[in-house]
Parts: sequence; structure tokens; C-alpha cells
Amino acid sequence: MNDLALLLAATLSAGTPLALAGLGLCINERAGVVNLGAEGMMLVSAVTGFAVAFHTGSDLLGFAAGAAAGALVAAGFGFLVIWLNTNQYATGLAVSLFGGGISAFAGIDYVGRQLTERLEHAVPGLSRIPFLGPALFRQHALAYGAMAAALAIAAFFYRTRAGLVLRAVGESPDAAHALGYPVRRIRLAAVALGGALCGLSGAYLSVIYTPLWVEGMVAGRGWIALALTTFASWRPGRVLLGAYLFGGVTMLQFRLQAQGVQLPSEFLGMLPYLSTVVVLVLISRNPLRIRLDMPASLGKPFFPGT
Amino acid sequence: MIRLEVRSTPSRLASALSPLAALLFTVAVAGLIFWALGKDPVRGLKVFLWEPLHGTRGLTELGLKATPLTLCALGLTVCFRSNVWNIGAEGQYLMGAIGGGGLALWFTNAGLDVGRWGFFPLLLLAGALAGAAWAAVVALLRDRFNASEILVSLMLVYVANLFLTWLVFGPWKDPKGFNFPQTTSFAAFTEVPRLVPGMRLHLGYPVALLLAVAVWVFMFRTHRGLQLQVGGPAPLAARYAGFSARAALWMVLLGSGALAGVAGAFEAAGPMGQLTPHVSMGYGFTAIIVAFVGRLHPLGAVLSSLLLAVFVIGGELAQSRIGLPAALSGIFQGVLLFSLLACDTLINHRVRWGGSRGR
Repeated sequence: MNDLALLLAATLSAGTPLALAGLGLCINERAGVVNLGAEGMMLVSAVTGFAVAFHTGSDLLGFAAGAAAGALVAAGFGFLVIWLNTNQYATGLAVSLFGGGISAFAGIDYVGRQLTERLEHAVPGLSRIPFLGPALFRQHALAYGAMAAALAIAAFFYRTRAGLVLRAVGESPDAAHALGYPVRRIRLAAVALGGALCGLSGAYLSVIYTPLWVEGMVAGRGWIALALTTFASWRPGRVLLGAYLFGGVTMLQFRLQAQGVQLPSEFLGMLPYLSTVVVLVLISRNPLRIRLDMPASLGKPFFPGT
Repeated sequence: MIRLEVRSTPSRLASALSPLAALLFTVAVAGLIFWALGKDPVRGLKVFLWEPLHGTRGLTELGLKATPLTLCALGLTVCFRSNVWNIGAEGQYLMGAIGGGGLALWFTNAGLDVGRWGFFPLLLLAGALAGAAWAAVVALLRDRFNASEILVSLMLVYVANLFLTWLVFGPWKDPKGFNFPQTTSFAAFTEVPRLVPGMRLHLGYPVALLLAVAVWVFMFRTHRGLQLQVGGPAPLAARYAGFSARAALWMVLLGSGALAGVAGAFEAAGPMGQLTPHVSMGYGFTAIIVAFVGRLHPLGAVLSSLLLAVFVIGGELAQSRIGLPAALSGIFQGVLLFSLLACDTLINHRVRWGGSRGR
């Protein structure tokens, strides 16, 4: 019972960075832009967030800096793909490669550094409930922030006019343009917001989750978050669920190890990556479904007035 | 206000000049970074870009680093041209290293001396098969289940990496290696024949150059190659002409996997002579930049792999000579690709001054 509670808590904690990044990517993909640079943005934000939290002693400033760094890198990406119409895949890859390089470079002085003592997190009152308390209510505030973000984004997509416009830009930029909406600016805003959430995710990893800076520490989570958006058919609620699913798989490897499963740790370490592949296979099997769910102009450049 | 206008035909001049402009921009950024780090920019650039070209030793090392880059980039060139986004060359490279290295280890342990020239074709085959098998997983999942080749190929990089780690920490660990994660050193006959006495440059480089010519002939002089060229940018036209997209998918993935695998096998049996977790320095990822800087053209890849090899060696020299981290090289590589993509805008667009602006 207690073990299960701990496993649930660990799952929530491991799923939070995936949820934040996946939600961010969901926003820019709904506006029709694929950003393969998620991994790079998260690395840049992880090191930025860690450095700021380290020097100021404030986690909050660390998060803000991480989100700002993510938004900044994403805006650079956005300028290239939206205004210069560069290939979205190639440019995203460039972001990932560049992010890996610059974070390794900037982070050298922070390897092995410790942040100020990490506090135990607990929601007042609720965390005392037997079983449910340790399982659900002893997370960092950002874990609940991710849940709130999923709700907020879903409400934005489906309940507001601005959300409708954003989705229209992703489905048919030409129609949105003809109606007088500034397609490029909306796309840039979506990309920057997506970058900010990826940045928050990176900062959560280095400031709260690990909490250390290690080169390449995002370890493929940016790519898994990209897979999440497909898995979730670009719906915020499903992104959240998917993130916890993957978080659970990540935690499963440690559980299996602790239980003395006779499998080398390297094979257990493959679990998150292999399950991403398996999930992609299961979800993509029906091409019609993907085509119906996917924003129609995803990844395609838009030329206004041609 | 500056405005971009779509050209009716792509500009060949811009296509040729774009990598040069990107390189110049990258050099300028590099100089600024050196200056910002408190180093003399001229000396920094000299160490980074000029010294790797210095003397026989420098030039042979350049060829050595260019070997895996050329091989991986050749495969990616064909893939990207046919709109198949295999970004997991790194994983295919690692599996090739495991295949080739495993074969060398087996021959070493069995004491089966077949001589250098006897072992070389076997090594080539083992690397190619292992790399192609790893890419075949991507092809199968894309073909049968429509799974994104981008994500699958990338996930398999992590899996290959962990597999290699397991091998060198576990079953393949050198029992007399003081517990270091590495295999026994391979026997001398498994080594790829060297070209220049005393230098590490090996037969792999001429093989890579030959393969570049072969890929060029395939792409631009055969019917199959034409099918790929059409299938990428115009899938509907390709279907109308009766070209099979499935066959193209399998062909480019198996081909690029085999090329990356050969690169890995060469590296394991060439300069390393054993398997360690560090058999790759991210060559499979750098090769993505090589492919784009080389204009997705096989002969362009040969040239751009030399340029990126300068960057890789320059990073190492910057570390040893002026005490800057080798990670600097990764930044410059990223800047190069960014600026190249930005400059490429001018291939399909013309800059116009004034007029209305699109939002």
C-alpha cells in the first residue's frame, strides 16, 4: 500500500516535465508548427534555470529564467520557419543540435554544484490523508501547475475565440489569413508559448527533479514529449494522461530494479524509449485517425498573399 | 520595409553561395565568442580553423574524422532528398560499431588470423548489416504501422547507446581491463589497413569517397535514383508515374543504415581497436549538418564533411591549446546550420524593398 503510494508519487513527479513540454508542443502544433527543437530548448532552459536558481537561491527566478530562455530560443526558431519559411524539420533539428552544444558549454561550471537545500513539498492538510496524501499531495507546486495548465489550455482551445483562431491557423492558414487574422504573428506567439512551457519543463528537471545540472540531462524527454502530442491526438487532457503513463514507465525501471529483477539496468533503462516506440506504433496504426486528428497544415509553410 | 518574394525558379547562384555565406557568418560569430571569452579572436580562429589543416598529421587526422561523417551524411543525403527523415544515423552507427567490433573481437578471441585484407571485407559486411538491420526496424514500423520515422529512429539511438553500454560493462568487458568499460584490444590483423605510415588515416576514407561517387551515380544516373528524387518533393507525381513509395522508403533507410553502420565498424576497428562507450563523438548527429551544408548532394557531402571535421578537430585543439571547452565546437556547428538555413531562403526567395508587408 505504502509502496504503491510512493510509486504513484514518483510517477506524478516524473510525468510533470513530460506534461509541461508536451502541452507546450501541443500549442505550437495546433497552430501548425512542428518544433523538433524541444530537446534543445529544454537543455538550454535546464542550464539557465539551474544557473539562476544557483546564483539567486530562488527557484522561482530559476523557473522564470528557464521559461524565458525556452521562449527566446523558440522565437528564434519561429522567426526562421515562419518568416523565412525554412524547413521546419531541419530548423528544429538545428535547435536541438545547437541547444545540446550551447548548454554543454554554458553548463561546465555548474557540473557537480548543489542548489540550496531542497524542501519537502506538501499540500497543507491534504498531504496528511492516509495513502492519498503521500501518493498525490506531496508534489512540487509545478506538478499541480502542469495539471492546471492542461485544463487552462483545453479551455483556451475549445472555449475561447482566441483558441478557435489559433486552431484555425493550424488547420487552414489561408482561410484565417483571408479573414484578416495575422497568421504569422499568431504562429510566432504559439511557438514562443510552446517554448516557454518546454523551458519551464527543462528548469523543473534541473532545479526540482534531479536537482543537478548534467550535460545532456534531458535524456530524450523532449523527443518523448513530441511523441506525446501525436499519442494525445493534440488534445491537452490526453497529453497530461500520456505524460503520466510515460512517467510511470520511467519509474517502473527503478521499481523493477529495486525488486531485484534479473535484468541488467541498461535494459531497464531502455524502457521509456522502447515504450515510446511501441506507443507510436499502436497509435499510428490507423492512418485515417491520425489524418483526422492532426492539424491539417502541420509542418507546412505559409506564404501570405501569394 | 523588407519583403520576401517567391522566385519563379530557384536560384543556382544562391544555392552555391549560401554555404559560403553561412560559413563566413559562423566564423564571425566564432570570433565574437572568442572575444567575449577574453581570448584573442584571431588566435582563436587560427587554432580552430587553420591548425587542423596543418602538416601531414593534421591533414590525415582530418581525413580520419571526415570518414564517419562522409559515410553517415551520404546516407542521410539520400534519405532527406526522398523526404524520409532518418535522424537516427547515430544509432545505426553505434550498431555498426557493435557489429564490426563484435566480429573483430570474435576473430581475436578465436585466434583466427585471416590477414588484414582478408578481414577488411568481412568488417565492411558486418558493419553494413548491423547498421541496416537497425534502420530496418525504422522502415518496418514506418511501412507497416505508419509510425513517425523521426521519433522512432531517434528513440533507437538511445536504445543502441544503452545496448553498447551494457556490452562493454557486461559480457564483452575485458577481463584484464582493470574494470574499465572496454573490450579486449582487437588483434592487429583486424585493423583497417592504414594509408600513411605512422598516421591513423585508414582505407576507410578512400572507401567513403568511392561510395560518394557510387551514390552520385545512383541518384543522378539511374532510374531508381530518379524515382527517389521525384518521390521526395512530389509524392503524388511519383505515385502517378507508378513509383512505389514503400520500396523507396525501404531502400533509403536500409542504404543509409548500412552506410552509417560501415562508418561505425571502421571507427571501432580503425583508430580505436576496441569497443568503448566513446566509439562515437556524435558523428551521426554532426552528419545531419554535413548533409545540409553539402546541399543534400553526395559530392557536396564530401566537401562539407571536411569542413565539419575541421570543426570537430578545432574543438579539441581549442581545448588543449587555449583552454576552451570542446563543447564550443557544438555551438559553432549549430550556428553554421542555422545560418545556412537562413541563407537558403534566398534560393527560393528574392528580397524586395518597400511595398506591403505580410503579417
